[in-house]
Amino acid sequence: MTAVLFFIFAASSLAGAGGVVLARNPVHSALFLVQTLLSVAVLFLMQDAELLAAVQVIVYAGAIVILFLFVIMLIGVDRREVLTENLRFQRPIAVALGALVLAQIIFLTGHTWATGATTSSGVPVNGSSGGDLGNNIQRVARVLFTDFLWPFELTALLLVVAVVGSVVLARGSGNPAATDSDAGAGAEVETQS
Amino acid sequence: MIEAFQITDTYYLVLAAALFSIGAVGVLVRRNVLVMFMSIELMLNAVNLTFVAFAKSLNDTSGQVIVFFTLAVAAAEVAVGLAIIVAIFRRRRGMTADDLRVLRG
Repeated sequence: MTAVLFFIFAASSLAGAGGVVLARNPVHSALFLVQTLLSVAVLFLMQDAELLAAVQVIVYAGAIVILFLFVIMLIGVDRREVLTENLRFQRPIAVALGALVLAQIIFLTGHTWATGATTSSGVPVNGSSGGDLGNNIQRVARVLFTDFLWPFELTALLLVVAVVGSVVLARGSGNPAATDSDAGAGAEVETQS
Repeated sequence: MIEAFQITDTYYLVLAAALFSIGAVGVLVRRNVLVMFMSIELMLNAVNLTFVAFAKSLNDTSGQVIVFFTLAVAAAEVAVGLAIIVAIFRRRRGMTADDLRVLRG
């Protein structure tokens, strides 16, 4: 049963990934990305990561892809992608390098010396090491707020910086003259579309 | 017959490797900046899958917590990156990576 589910959703995620790369229309790419993200969420679920599956659906499919679609609609999708190559043989070489990366990673998956991970000392994903550790959410929270408390606080800082950076970028450059021309450019975009 | 066939973590790692490679090829092949961005998301997701697979096989919740941080970083990255794309598009009409050859704003 799990094997059947795994192969169904692995194929679905790979098909979605291929669609992201191959689709001509960026909107189609975004929708294929949703397919991949949902399939990966199911794979998370099959590996006892219930919280992450939910977060994957909410944050990735719910927020990030919506942001992508928003920008695609804002910018416009009607122009075709230029297919002339500025670098000669870029595409064949890119595909060859991708195959090389795939071969390297698959080679490394069979070798524990590469990952260095052999045993764990943390909170187990399932089962208990003395005492009731609760469900998946409680286990993740336990690790997040004890071992990873400092990175957690840094994440808060990162998000604040990202918000401030986005606002600064969206408002245009610092000097007032540029801001004026930016406003003009914005109005121009509106009238054009 | 079906019960005897076990899905080990190696299957997940190979799947994640395939997803990562597809994302890498997407970044290299596509010209549209937005699609390149989506390919980066694909690569991040492949790494998340690897983390969860290792968390399961090593029975350590830390792997899942790290995926949490990856999600937060991805969200911040998308917010800033899309703001940059919109800012670039306001200055010049081109939407492909080849249009961005000069550093001058």
